Amino acid sequence: MRWLLVVTLFASGCATVDGERDPRDPWEGTNRAIYRFNETFDEYLAKPVARAYVKVLHQEIRTRIANFFANLQDPFIGLNNFLQGKFEDGVTDLARFVINSSFGLFGIHDVASDGGIDKHDEDFGQTFGHWGMGPGPYVMLPFLSSSTARDAVGLVPGWYLDPIEEVRPINLRNSLVLLRLTNTRAELLEASRILEEAALDKYVFQRDAYLQRRRSLVYDGRPPREKLE
Amino acid sequence: MKKALAALGFWFFVTPGLAQDTPPDALVKNVTLEVVELITKEKGNRAKIVSVIEEKVLPHFNFTAMTALAMGQNWGKASPEQKKRLTEEFRTLLVRTYASALAAYSEQKFDFRPLRAKPTDTDVTVNVRVLQPGGQPVTLDYSMEKTANGWKVYDVMVGGVSLVANYRTEFANAVRSSGIDGLIKDLQTKNRALAEKK
Repeated sequence: MRWLLVVTLFASGCATVDGERDPRDPWEGTNRAIYRFNETFDEYLAKPVARAYVKVLHQEIRTRIANFFANLQDPFIGLNNFLQGKFEDGVTDLARFVINSSFGLFGIHDVASDGGIDKHDEDFGQTFGHWGMGPGPYVMLPFLSSSTARDAVGLVPGWYLDPIEEVRPINLRNSLVLLRLTNTRAELLEASRILEEAALDKYVFQRDAYLQRRRSLVYDGRPPREKLE
Repeated sequence: MKKALAALGFWFFVTPGLAQDTPPDALVKNVTLEVVELITKEKGNRAKIVSVIEEKVLPHFNFTAMTALAMGQNWGKASPEQKKRLTEEFRTLLVRTYASALAAYSEQKFDFRPLRAKPTDTDVTVNVRVLQPGGQPVTLDYSMEKTANGWKVYDVMVGGVSLVANYRTEFANAVRSSGIDGLIKDLQTKNRALAEKK
């Protein structure tokens, strides 16, 4: 998986598109090609598996599974809050992890949220952004979908800190990785259906939504207002 | 006592006119709760959901303003007839998308944030958070403008993504490659395809 990212970043530099270019997306030609590949992969494998998963497992069980993986993210989220100097939020994230891992039975119950301790959304891409790094060019990653140069680099330390990667035996680790991927795709089923209906050009709609969303996250939901004239 | 009575009298006189003057945050709250109640009752009935939206939600949206914002500079280049048709098609698309999103609604709770604005403000943002079990709250921000007919929504931000801004590039691309009539045609084709799917 890691080498794919490197290959993409290099290959992306070589391609161009005709017509007027969006300055945020200089590699649109390559990105669109990868997007088509991702769409095919999604259509024939990822989406059918996610649909079957939703059909077979009761909502209650899926929520437990989603909570389990979400809980493992909280220390990582906390670390990024500390790196951004948001110590209070960071402490909250660690408290969530401790509470949910114990009282929430290894995280399958999000008792912290029930008690009013909200979950945050932080990662290294946002930490770089917090300290003033711009997003750089938009990048469509194979399998992983929308990203930017900054956010793609931010994925790398995340992989090294991923607790699931440390699980042994390898078979169990692989099963957990697949379960997590399926869970993630299943959570996005509604969103992708709405995207399908709302967009004239799915590639553009998804790209603009991603860029807006990431900008909002870097500013913790309060970005300076962009003037719509 | 006299003062209190006078105030009471004043209240009675003024109240009937107040529907127009409902503060924006109260308006969002009332409409949201009312729609959610109806949707829960009509679970899965797509046609009914669309009619609920038409009746309860649409009157509070300014679709001409939304279309103008999504069009950006190209709005000025459109003829009045083109503006009208663009607004109609865009409205159809947004309603359908909205109905589709609402059909997925299940038991989320709403947290209506207090309005941070001065009483004299005529352009405000109403913040709502949708709390979902086991997930991060999703923010809904309604940009609203005061008009002669009460407060009207001209943009909705979902999780920091502005709906209107998100159509800007798509619209600009369509206009660049096939003109404003080309964009109208694209929207019509899209709407027809969606209507047939149902």
